[in-house]
Amino acid sequence: MTPLLAVKNLAVRAKMHGHEFDLVEDVAFSLQRGEILGLVGESGSGKSVTCRALLRLLPGANLSITSGEILFDGRDFAKMTETQIRNERGASVGMIFQNPASHLDPVMSIGDQVAESIVLHRGVSKAEAWSQTVDLLRQVGIPDPERRARNFAHEFSGGMKQRAMIAAALACDPQLLIADEPTTALDVTVQAQILRLLMDLRDKRGLSIILVTHDLGVVAQACDSIAVMYGGRIVERGPKRDVLKAPFHPYTSRLIACQPAHGLGAGLLPSIPGQPPSAGDMPSGCRFHPRCDLAQTSCRETVPGLKERVSGHLAACPITEAGITEARP
Amino acid sequence: MNLHRYRFILARPLQLLPVLFGISIITFVLVRLIPGDPARVLLGAKSTPEAVARIRAQFGLDEPIWLQYVYFVKNLVLGDMGKSILYKMPVLQLIGERLAPTLLLILGSVILALALAIPLASIAATRRGRLADHTIRLISTAGLGFPPFWLAIMLIIVFSVKFDLFPVAGYGDTWGDRLHHLALPCFTVALALSAVITRNLRASMIAELASDHATAARARGLSERRVFWRHVLPNAVIPAINLLAVNIGWLIGGTVVIESVFSIPGMGQLLVRGIFTRDYMVVQSVAMVFACATVIVNFLADVLTVAIDPRVEL
Amino acid sequence: MSTAIASRPGWLPRFSKHPLPLLLGAGIIGTIVLLAILAPVVAPYGPIAQNLEVKLQPPSVDHLFGTDNFGRDILSRIIWGARIDLQMGIIGVFFPFLIGTTVGAIAGYAGRAVDAVAMRVVDIVLAFPFLVLMLAIIAILKPGLTSFYIAMALVGWVSYARLIRAQVLVAKSADYVTAARSLGYSHLRILFRHILPNVLTNSIVFSMSDVVLVVLSGAAISYLGLGVQPPTAEWGIMIAEGQNFITTAWWITAFPGLAIVVMALGFSMLADGLGEKLGVRE
Repeated sequence: MTPLLAVKNLAVRAKMHGHEFDLVEDVAFSLQRGEILGLVGESGSGKSVTCRALLRLLPGANLSITSGEILFDGRDFAKMTETQIRNERGASVGMIFQNPASHLDPVMSIGDQVAESIVLHRGVSKAEAWSQTVDLLRQVGIPDPERRARNFAHEFSGGMKQRAMIAAALACDPQLLIADEPTTALDVTVQAQILRLLMDLRDKRGLSIILVTHDLGVVAQACDSIAVMYGGRIVERGPKRDVLKAPFHPYTSRLIACQPAHGLGAGLLPSIPGQPPSAGDMPSGCRFHPRCDLAQTSCRETVPGLKERVSGHLAACPITEAGITEARP
Repeated sequence: MNLHRYRFILARPLQLLPVLFGISIITFVLVRLIPGDPARVLLGAKSTPEAVARIRAQFGLDEPIWLQYVYFVKNLVLGDMGKSILYKMPVLQLIGERLAPTLLLILGSVILALALAIPLASIAATRRGRLADHTIRLISTAGLGFPPFWLAIMLIIVFSVKFDLFPVAGYGDTWGDRLHHLALPCFTVALALSAVITRNLRASMIAELASDHATAARARGLSERRVFWRHVLPNAVIPAINLLAVNIGWLIGGTVVIESVFSIPGMGQLLVRGIFTRDYMVVQSVAMVFACATVIVNFLADVLTVAIDPRVEL
Repeated sequence: MSTAIASRPGWLPRFSKHPLPLLLGAGIIGTIVLLAILAPVVAPYGPIAQNLEVKLQPPSVDHLFGTDNFGRDILSRIIWGARIDLQMGIIGVFFPFLIGTTVGAIAGYAGRAVDAVAMRVVDIVLAFPFLVLMLAIIAILKPGLTSFYIAMALVGWVSYARLIRAQVLVAKSADYVTAARSLGYSHLRILFRHILPNVLTNSIVFSMSDVVLVVLSGAAISYLGLGVQPPTAEWGIMIAEGQNFITTAWWITAFPGLAIVVMALGFSMLADGLGEKLGVRE
């Protein structure tokens, strides 16, 4: 089966005060219809940039896609004109964001924001769009949608705002939803409800979802597969169970060890020593080597590529591939 | 519509009472501070003894100062602001005649200023960092420092003296004639005002263009043009309205000077003439009317903000 | 203006800002100050030296900006006028700054009744259009520069009072103030030695842009005939004097006005640049 989305060799470059550097490099993954992919990493690892790059939503002249293909259903988003990609946004791919409060227009009613893109992409009348909007709001679990559609963002709770964002993103029935940390800003109980909603939508509509998160618990709960990003690169990807159970990249192992469920109990969580690298100041070779227990001199010199270790499970670490499990001084 | 959000309209006038009280105190004190007999100060040097006696009785000038204030307020409430020594007529009537040109001037200036500022700010914000933006920024920064009275004279030199398009001064008798006379004065004030608004609008538009909700709108497939008109502009205009309200005092000051430049028979000219001729009844009354107008405009701006910004509760 | 901060998405690194406006502004103001100080040396003619043989001359090599109806050299009058207009800008800001800062600081720190009374007075003064109240006060005193300064001090302090009060209110609960209080420092010492130095930045930046307003008001008041009196060389008066000759001698009005524009631009840029450098929001 051909995947719904196939990203190949994607790179995003930033230009700042005369310097140029890659925020995201050599990113490749694919996504089947109805699959939920967890894109995991610390802040600054390039998750958000990758997501925005998929829809070509990078701001201004400072950030640009320098190479790669974004094949969606056979169409390459990376090569489209501005008008072509705009017609795909919302219609083929929807997107929701971390902070629903700031991503909704404060002075336009919720219903108008949802209806706006229905009118735009479907060309239906305003009245028809409005009734579809009310229907959508009901589907995402907003009670009393006829009345709530006329409310403004500030009259919604955080969870309701995210539901409204989801309704707006799904208004034109896209096949893919990119969810950029959709639950991070929400209360724990609301987080679970939103995740539940996303999984329901996948089941009912056959929606594919890219779920960006730094929370492996979310991945464990909702995803089918997982891609781990570090320093602008994917360092490991594969089916969720395989990656969580038997990670091949030391970074993934550390990340899993940092999760409460795997640790020694609250208050004794291990953390990864050192700071994640910043975009303008990447270490040479493997981006993770300064923080890695297993680092060898070779790690400093060459950037390791992803290698298939088990069927469908790839990792970018030649050290674990060679079976070395302890650092050499 | 949520009517409860408009409840402040009923409550606000009560809250404004202290300010109105303060305004009346200041105008009352201003004239009492002038050395000499208040009656003579108010009536001018050439007043007759009878007139002096009448004013003394009307304002209770022989009574203690607090009682004088009571008389002052009582006369105000009865619509008696005294009589102008220069024009020999009741000040209230005088102000009534002078109100229309000033109102027209201010209204025209605001409309023209918005008509200038919104397109300019839009161009600058959407072409940020390019030549058009730099040019508009430089002009609007420089525009802050343009003395309106000088700008007026320069415009007169170009449009009235050289091209003979607009009258040099005056007001006119028919409505068309009046608009013709007011065009250049309005344009002058609008240019100065639009400098302030353009800078503010540009800044908020740039912030709104980069805002999360604009990104979300783009992610739903909206064109840049649609994002701008439907999401950026409505949000950017809200602070500009407040800026206009804050600047109403500045605007009134500007029209005072501009009316003098163009000899427009409005409140401003009345004030300046009043100062020169020591027509204190006029000075005091015009200052008070202008102050009350400022208070009212700020109140109206609040109503407008509540109407267009659903978040605001007053 | 700190739009760069506001518009930067959270997931992007910060961009550096241009020092250009600051340098340009400082350059312009520096030049004007220098010209004003060196006026007797730099100005080709005296500021009130009449020469009726060369009256109403258009700009030429002898008189770069032309002459007025008394044959006075416009360029020389502008250079001498810089002294008055700079002085108006600086003194006209200094007293409001001093009064406003003191009132605002005390109101914000003392709170309660003191604050309530001070802020009501501010509201009332703000209700009057700035120039109208200035004119009314000058009408009572008598036309002239001193009256302008007095009126300015009486009217202009409110903006500073508001600005400082708002910041003192915030600073009052800061940790370093709690620390100073626990050391038993007096209120006066805490307010003027610990809080004020930390909150003055905004007011200083604001005062730079306020200079523009003050210079424009001063020139306007002189133009109306209620400020500096003839024959003193001052830019507002020069414009008023030239107005009678706009059909024949545009240069008498044009150049003094340009001088005001340049000076205002200098202070505006200085304020913008300083504001960006110090991270002050408008």
